[in-house]
Amino acid sequence: MHRTDDFATRREPLAGLSEAELEKRFWELANKIMEPLVDMARTHTSPSTERSVILRMGFSSVEAQQIVKRVEDLGLLSKGAGHVVWRLAKLRNSGIREAAELLMTDAGGTEIREYFRGCCQ
Amino acid sequence: MKPLNYNEKLDVRLVLNNLAAYRPRRKGWTWRKIVPNQVINGLTYKQTSEGLKQSIALPAAKHFGGIDPQPDCVITTEIASGRFEDDLRRMRMAAWHGADHIMVIRTAGQSHYDGLIEGTPEGIGGVPITRKQIRASRKALDLIEDEVGRPINLHSYVSGVAGPEIAVLFAEEGVNGAHQDPQYNVLYRNVNMHRSFVDAAVAKQLMSSAGMAQIDGAHNANATAREGWKVMPELMVQHALNCAYSRQVGMPPENICLSTVPPSASPVPALSFDLPYAVALRELFKEYKMRAQMNTKYIESDAREATVSHTLNLLISRLTSVDIQSTITPDEGRNVPWHYNNIGAVNTAQQALLALDGIKEMVEIKRDGILGERVRELKERAVLFMEEMLAVGGYFSAVEAGFFVDSGHYPERNGDGIARKSNGGVAANSITRRDTDYFAPVCVHFGENNVPQELSQPCDAVCGCTLCKPEKIVYIDELDEWDNVNRRMSENSEWQEQGLIKPEVEWAGDGIVNVQMFLPTDQRTAHFAAIELASKMNLSDSQVIHKQVMQAAEGTFLEVKGKLNTAIDPKYLRMPQEEVVLSGDEVREAVAQQPLRIVAATVGSDEHSVGLREIIDIKHGGLEGYGVRCEYLGTSVPIEKVVDAAIELDATAILISTIITHADIHRINMRKLHDLCLEKGVRQKLILIGGGTQVTHEVAVECGLDAGFGRGTKGIHVVSFMVKNRRERGRK
Repeated sequence: MHRTDDFATRREPLAGLSEAELEKRFWELANKIMEPLVDMARTHTSPSTERSVILRMGFSSVEAQQIVKRVEDLGLLSKGAGHVVWRLAKLRNSGIREAAELLMTDAGGTEIREYFRGCCQ
Repeated sequence: MKPLNYNEKLDVRLVLNNLAAYRPRRKGWTWRKIVPNQVINGLTYKQTSEGLKQSIALPAAKHFGGIDPQPDCVITTEIASGRFEDDLRRMRMAAWHGADHIMVIRTAGQSHYDGLIEGTPEGIGGVPITRKQIRASRKALDLIEDEVGRPINLHSYVSGVAGPEIAVLFAEEGVNGAHQDPQYNVLYRNVNMHRSFVDAAVAKQLMSSAGMAQIDGAHNANATAREGWKVMPELMVQHALNCAYSRQVGMPPENICLSTVPPSASPVPALSFDLPYAVALRELFKEYKMRAQMNTKYIESDAREATVSHTLNLLISRLTSVDIQSTITPDEGRNVPWHYNNIGAVNTAQQALLALDGIKEMVEIKRDGILGERVRELKERAVLFMEEMLAVGGYFSAVEAGFFVDSGHYPERNGDGIARKSNGGVAANSITRRDTDYFAPVCVHFGENNVPQELSQPCDAVCGCTLCKPEKIVYIDELDEWDNVNRRMSENSEWQEQGLIKPEVEWAGDGIVNVQMFLPTDQRTAHFAAIELASKMNLSDSQVIHKQVMQAAEGTFLEVKGKLNTAIDPKYLRMPQEEVVLSGDEVREAVAQQPLRIVAATVGSDEHSVGLREIIDIKHGGLEGYGVRCEYLGTSVPIEKVVDAAIELDATAILISTIITHADIHRINMRKLHDLCLEKGVRQKLILIGGGTQVTHEVAVECGLDAGFGRGTKGIHVVSFMVKNRRERGRK
């Protein structure tokens, strides 16, 4: 877009604002612009976000890559990758590491997909 | 590891040893401890902090008892040569010169690396940030901060497509500060905007949990736009958006720092843009910290010009406020910064900040005139910018429409902004809506988290996360057996173990030297002649890194870097024996027991008396202060008169001061003094000393005198020599 500097006319509604009012307006706008983005972040996740969870669970970065890729392939990222590993451990009454290994197998993948089938969306 | 000894090198091999067991000693950012109205060497400072245990003071400090006052703000140096093992040594040098914020630049390409990098591969224009690299850096900094006596902050970047993972890594490893600004990803790294903001929220919460300082990325707009100062309204918007986003995801305001750069540089009337901008920022962002960066946009290859620009940037910092003073090396316009240029930049900051200490008690910003009008205008332009963002549908729509980094002075638009597609960029379509039963069994996780009711905290599900139980962190040493620090260091081990000395600017043994020359010819001829001359100096890979025309026909100044493929073995170095200086007390006692009388004069047709008077005068710590009786004959004194006076007064020594002239008069005068004393039969009795700014001991002895003293000489050096010389004569 090309536009010449029309500040003189554009600023007219702001001219009457005190310095404090202007600054208040500045922050109201910034917060308003960011609100929907914060909402999006609150309700969404990403592969890196999930890998950060797996790392915090005590896995290495190499393992985190493999686990999250597997969870994505199983279509279960929306459940949380950590959740998937944890749930499998609970189902099998095993440790977290064993569950992560099991997840990599066909049997583990099928079992966890079955568990989450029809679960809340 | 045992504490560092100031005259022993940092042993990088020991730093790398057993990193698997290393844990950081603290987390979070550390500010300097401010000391109001601090008195140092009788001088009162208004804006300084606690001093260092060990440091290297500014060169001029020697005139003031070697004082090294530390400004109130944190001082940053950016270090990243591509090999972190060499950077560790540079960090130590920088800390000794007063840096307490080490910013490690990431290697090119790490932003787009979808995951963590492990091990120690070599980087380009920075280092790959890995767990091993961070542990080694933090471990070295622990030793260095103990050595200098002040906490040092380690800093890098939480950006790109692996932001949350890097934030976990940093929180686990005690990294103290980081850049984090999703807008930077979107605009400059073309990372998908949805992905950037989702990841940023997680990363920011992790950073907050570890008390890290966050620096935003707004200054890049200034560096990208052609006329940097025209994007000032947008810069304020970018700062505001990152602050607002950070606050909304829970980051405390005291950890949020604005990365602000004075956007212009001379020859434009820089302060008329930079000062109102700095004032407007500090008024709008009262709650936040100011990280004042130096201008990089207008740095050319001239280190002098860069230093002047940066000094003017420091003036802005002091006229307004600064919490973290960043520094840019004066060679950034020509190459990846060299060791000593990091130190140069840190020195520039300290020198200017100290000079301007307390200036606001004497000088006030005239808020109501043209400056006030400009501040108001900037704020209004920024408000209008955000109003239009909302009018077009919000942040994503505004980015798609190319709102940002347009070179027009908003509301002016030139149509050259950076436009990104909402569904495009790296890692597009990679965010997923969390289901209502989404669960992350770890602490400090941003967003909806359906934690089972039986758990008191989410990580109970996995018997503790790494943030609660750091022993669960999995350390990977190396993944690449070829590209790693051990192999790089083994390449240098042979000559290092032999103790050979090679020049370096960046990496151990890189062999690079910089040669300055003036060639009396035009620029183009000078360029090629300089390379040929470098080749005749046995330099390889020569490159002209700076040139400036003095006058088209009369000549060109050039700097040429090249590689010197040789090493020096200090075992075979011929070095004159270092003069051991006696203590003041010992000298005073010797003079009290056996009086010392000297005759001094500036000889030849030389009217300079300052140097010699400083050697003599009690108030300059001169000979008189040690009880020496001094007879000063004045300037332009003939040699004959000096010798006659010495005989008449029964002096122990003669001191002559002489300047270097094209006709070698200094040598002639010194030789004449020796000859005349021989002729008059008093040579054995008298100690003869020559001095002058360019006199050396070797030249004086060659001319028949007993000693020569040059630049930097103090009274104690001269009297110590006389006392020792008299003792030796006595023994003979």
